Amino acid sequence: MSQSDYVVAAYAIVFVTLLVYVAIIAAKLARLERETAELAELARARRDARG
Amino acid sequence: MTGYLADVAALARKDLRLELRARDTLPAMLLFVLSTLVVFHFALPTGADEVAAQGLLWVALVFTALLGLARAWAPEREGGALEGLVLAPCDRSAIWLGKAAAVFLFLVAIEVVALPAFSLFFSPLDGSAVLGVLLANVGICTVGTLLAAMAAASRTRELILPLLFLPLAIPLVVGGVGASVSTEPVRYLTFLGLYDAVFAILCWASFEYVVAE
Amino acid sequence: MFAFLVAPEDADQGISQRIFYFHVPIALTAYACFGWGAWKALRLLWTREERYDLESYVGVHLGTIFGALTLATGSIWAKASWGKWWVWDSNQLVLFLVLFLFYSAYFMLRFSIEEGPRRANVSAVYALFGVALIPVSFFAIRLAEDFIHPTTFTRDGPQMTGTMFLAFCVSWLAISVVAYTLYRVELLGKRLDANLRELREALT
Repeated sequence: MSQSDYVVAAYAIVFVTLLVYVAIIAAKLARLERETAELAELARARRDARG
Repeated sequence: MTGYLADVAALARKDLRLELRARDTLPAMLLFVLSTLVVFHFALPTGADEVAAQGLLWVALVFTALLGLARAWAPEREGGALEGLVLAPCDRSAIWLGKAAAVFLFLVAIEVVALPAFSLFFSPLDGSAVLGVLLANVGICTVGTLLAAMAAASRTRELILPLLFLPLAIPLVVGGVGASVSTEPVRYLTFLGLYDAVFAILCWASFEYVVAE
Repeated sequence: MFAFLVAPEDADQGISQRIFYFHVPIALTAYACFGWGAWKALRLLWTREERYDLESYVGVHLGTIFGALTLATGSIWAKASWGKWWVWDSNQLVLFLVLFLFYSAYFMLRFSIEEGPRRANVSAVYALFGVALIPVSFFAIRLAEDFIHPTTFTRDGPQMTGTMFLAFCVSWLAISVVAYTLYRVELLGKRLDANLRELREALT
């Protein structure tokens, strides 16, 4: 491997790690969103039952 | 101040008396260190120099200390006495200091056997190496007892203690090996002393938080 | 965010030296994260406010990620300039290996204790040990060089010129911004998670 390949590899590793991290955050956000929706549904049902 | 020291002494004496009565830990540590030295004899190919053996001595000492530290809080945990001790009207850091003193005495006791055995099996040790061992003992006890108390709070007690302890023990090994093989050991001994001071203060100040609910 | 990251690539310099612009800022950021985690840990022990526990944890968490990145880029750099994947001569890399092991144990410790003030305290004390360990290990590794590598190792560090320094600063700033953003996002997510859990308990 030539010198420049190593540079590319180093940058790629950092980039991929960040990408994976962002993907994990996105997945988490989706999960939180789903949970919020679920809870909102629950709250709505309760309000309807009461009112 | 004298009250504090009396508490420490009483706690350390309690540990020693427990050990003398039950004889759980000390014989195990002793056998362990001796068998490790024998294993090392076979791990070193002929022609390996004596310096390598000096390094292995430190591996043996650190792992033996780990064996003792894993059991350090066992009496309190099994008897549920730690809660009582924490509530007792003494400074909580005294509990730590008493335990550290007891572990220190255990370590010295096994080294009284292990170091002559090492000189017999491998190569003689000089004064600076012995001093290095003593200084490293202080560091192992102070840091080790605190980490053992942390580990006792977790679910995976015996498993996690080496993981917590070994990264912190690396500087001790560096200082100790340096003191035993270098031609000018003063720097390494100073470093060991510095390590002891820094971590002793840190442990002394933070032990309260580890045991408090 | 990524525009920041790509920026230093444009500044043209010696080829394997380029990793430097990534490696060193990431290492510095990792130190900063560990320091931040320890500071929050100190605040937790001082004030006993619960929120510092999470902040300290997220700081250490990010520090470990950046530490792992430092190890990876450092290893590649070592291969590029010295022909080996791992050199024990490089003090910084060895230090990061020690720190990485230390902080990995932090996670093991944290996840094996029941949630509550006890866990917060224990984690905080351990995080504080970390910052004490950084300078101590640094000296230890320096001292160890004397008997492990009797031949001193000369590192050819060309002086940084103006543009190189500028590129370095830009990438450092960029990485710091990335780290800070990740810190906020992670913290936000964790807090949201905790709040949602509480809400769920209240509703059901």
